Amino acid sequence: MENRPVDYNTINGWGIDADPKNDPTYPMRKRSNENHEGYNWDRPPLQPVNIEVLHSIERPNVTAVFGTSAPPRGLSGMIRRYAFKYGEGSFAHWLPLVLADRVDVVEGIIEDLKSGHIPNIFAERGMKAQWKYDRMGLLQSVAVAAVITTAAVAWFRRK
Amino acid sequence: MLAMTYRGPQRVRLDRNKPMPEILHPQDAIVRVTRSCICGSDLHLYNGNVPDTRVGETFGHEFIGVVEEIGSDVHKLKVGDQVIVPFNIACGKCTFCKQELYGNCHEANPQATAVGGIFGYSHIAGGYNGGQAEYVRVPYADVGPTVIPAGMDPDDAVLLTDVVPTGYQAAEMGGIQKGDTVVVFGAGPVGIMAARCAWLFGAGRVIVFDKEEYRLEFVRNYAQCEAYNFMSIEDPVVFVKRTTDSLGADVVIDAVGAEAAGSALQTFTGRKTLMQAGSATALQWAINSAKKGGVVSVVGVYGPTANLVPIGNALNKGLTIRGNQASVKRLLPKMIEHVQNGIIKPKSLITHRVPLEEVADAYRIFSDKLDNCIKPVLIPPSARI
Repeated sequence: MENRPVDYNTINGWGIDADPKNDPTYPMRKRSNENHEGYNWDRPPLQPVNIEVLHSIERPNVTAVFGTSAPPRGLSGMIRRYAFKYGEGSFAHWLPLVLADRVDVVEGIIEDLKSGHIPNIFAERGMKAQWKYDRMGLLQSVAVAAVITTAAVAWFRRK
Repeated sequence: MLAMTYRGPQRVRLDRNKPMPEILHPQDAIVRVTRSCICGSDLHLYNGNVPDTRVGETFGHEFIGVVEEIGSDVHKLKVGDQVIVPFNIACGKCTFCKQELYGNCHEANPQATAVGGIFGYSHIAGGYNGGQAEYVRVPYADVGPTVIPAGMDPDDAVLLTDVVPTGYQAAEMGGIQKGDTVVVFGAGPVGIMAARCAWLFGAGRVIVFDKEEYRLEFVRNYAQCEAYNFMSIEDPVVFVKRTTDSLGADVVIDAVGAEAAGSALQTFTGRKTLMQAGSATALQWAINSAKKGGVVSVVGVYGPTANLVPIGNALNKGLTIRGNQASVKRLLPKMIEHVQNGIIKPKSLITHRVPLEEVADAYRIFSDKLDNCIKPVLIPPSARI
């Protein structure tokens, strides 16, 4: 399809929300005196902390509510606890978290196997859909993986 | 209950025995999901690019549903209400919520101060389970959730949880004035909506860049804009300059974020090795495409660590750079009005309706841009009756 000049007067809703005051080069914040009172608002009731919740050292406490989806566990949890000793602007905070995520994946597979569940990696990676809509791409990926694996095995055997 | 769970980069599965969510706080509600979407931002999690994404988490920050249970301190909702649930979790009381910065609430995310709480978006955003499941715990139920107006199509409603307000806020943060030239990088659902909304602020010209032909064709039709494939032009920044009398665009929107294509260096450092907070190619292009004194509006999601961003150019050009998670609650009334008046038609973006049970395939289709996918919606079995 070609690009054509658009007559914007024909566009449904053109200019309906135009506002000359909405000019971010002259920022006007919505502020009141209470904004300068710091961290002393009327806090909501606090959710009971009955699981381990890591919190940023840039705040004094946990928030009034928090998620409980996956508390720290195992080796990955130890790495996460270490990461939370550092501020959010520090690589010492983020890089251990990236490492912990990778460790967590291995722990997840071990956990699966321990519970008698063999993960179906093919299905979890959505390969059925890729086979249906991008068969060549899937075959290419498999071929590349096979070549890399073969080369790696050959290299290690030679050593 | 049924729920999608993350198992590792590019590995998700349907868990059939995920525990039912419980009321953990007096202002909680439990919502039975009737629609949830996969968002482009979910792909950053899916690909393992967001730190502190833990195995066992359920993603999904775009969902609507029916209130099944309420806590003792919930007064505005009742069991049976059908609700739009904004992706941000906001207390309504902190200094940021009082400024209507609901995406920046200070009482919803203990793990980080830079971002508020978001459903199903890693522990960086509070560690909440998300809506790609049959049921979800919704904190601060009197603040965020909004009852779906009578007669509104659920497919329209579910896109009001994120895509529509985020696209709208991207245009709003640009401070677009009548006649402005607006450039949007990215023709995903948010980029498409940003391009459409740019007209509502009176843009004089809207240009979109992407690398997928089918998305370019979609955005041309949906947003009535110009759209170009950056793979078929030498340099999108030079292209913008040439098409704007050598000056640049008044407003440039980055609707791409951390997994941008288009630069080998950025791909290697930002996507493959995670040495920076994602590939900042779109942000580079946005800063360099803007007119001096112009505005760069960022809604593409980036990670937390350092970026190779041309901040010197931003300084020298006197740019204003704005970015934020959308404050969905603030924008919802206006978005509902625009949908009811036929000015915005969100459900047109939905190209794939997938049973929740096939969530792994849905992620693959969306992630790899298969089958001309623009926006997939997941439908739990209880909503298919």
